[in-house]
Amino acid sequence: MGAQLRLLRRRIRSVKSTAKITRAQELIASSRIVKAQMRMQAALPYEREITRAVTGVVSNAASVDHPLTVAKENPSKAGVLVVTSDSGFCGGFNANVLREAEALRGLLESRGLSVVPFVTGRKGVTWHSFRNREMGGQWVGFSRAPSYRNAKEIAETLIESFKDDNGIDEIHIVSTEFVSMLTQNVVVKRILPLEVEETEASETDAIPPYFEFEPTAADVLESLLPRYVESRIFTALLESAASEEAARRRAMKSATDNANELIRVFTMQMNQARQAEITQEISEIVGGASALADAAAGKE
Amino acid sequence: MVIAKTVDGEIGIMPQHAPVLGVLVEGGVLRVKREGEGDLVAAVHGGFISVADDEVSVLAEVAELGSEVDVAAARDALDRAQASIEANQEDADAAIEAKRAKARLRAAGEEV
Repeated sequence: MGAQLRLLRRRIRSVKSTAKITRAQELIASSRIVKAQMRMQAALPYEREITRAVTGVVSNAASVDHPLTVAKENPSKAGVLVVTSDSGFCGGFNANVLREAEALRGLLESRGLSVVPFVTGRKGVTWHSFRNREMGGQWVGFSRAPSYRNAKEIAETLIESFKDDNGIDEIHIVSTEFVSMLTQNVVVKRILPLEVEETEASETDAIPPYFEFEPTAADVLESLLPRYVESRIFTALLESAASEEAARRRAMKSATDNANELIRVFTMQMNQARQAEITQEISEIVGGASALADAAAGKE
Repeated sequence: MVIAKTVDGEIGIMPQHAPVLGVLVEGGVLRVKREGEGDLVAAVHGGFISVADDEVSVLAEVAELGSEVDVAAARDALDRAQASIEANQEDADAAIEAKRAKARLRAAGEEV
């Protein structure tokens, strides 16, 4: 057997085993997306209600001055929560988030703010520590299935730093939003201080009810806002988890497709090499036989 | 009718109640009185109750339906918490633990 033939056989075998692995990864990711989506759905009612409650308090009690709602006059530090994944094999998922985080960093620095990154996910943490960026906090190990406890832990760190006079004055979050199986967008949101939108009440909107507060509006806000921040972070973590799996599924699918294409090309090359070898052998035999025949004819 | 325990005291909400937003206490028992059925009881730890448009929503940090409470585990947790309170009077975590365990037991219809 020719050396080229053997080489091609070996390459086909190795590509085939890679294709098997990526195919399996793809299937695992697709089943995980469904679970992640279910978790997202389950967290939705809570988030909706808490957003409604916060809107209720803020629109009812405009006079409430709470450290978490009022923008500081001269903000000097901004915290950016970057949500990335723990494991790779998910295409441009982490690169997209980190690029957007860098863009936000540039934007904030142009406003004269120094940026403190808070990072979740092993990929983001490595990215930051490789560049010797000091992080305000880092959390790893739950990017695929975040629990509320994780969100609470992150929120506590952020709020503590936010309340601290020398701490951060703004909190932004960079994460991936899950739109559909095929579309995930990187989004940048400011979670604190709250952005108060003045909206014209349209006729279709119900007038926001005038709430009574037990015990007072300020007390309600005091305990409501941390929950709100937790809930926003939790939603971001869940969406990011679903997006991560979707990105992984897509990356693994194209890897499998590429592997199959490689196998096709190599098989063709291998067949060509084999045929060339056979042709050569035949012509050698024919040539040899006719040379013998010629030699025999010459003797007579 | 929904009965909940806010930091100001118990609050009962009947249909057509005015909009209210209240902070719930740690280790409270929420009771929903229903017509033609038994009460729905739940142990609710922290969180909020919000009433608007004839709708009551309870946003709790942790909640457990009375029928789902593991009574033995709750009793165990209560005993442990009380033991550590006796050992150290200023153990705030244990005090909260004890409150939670009591609320779970009460929600399950047990005497505490």
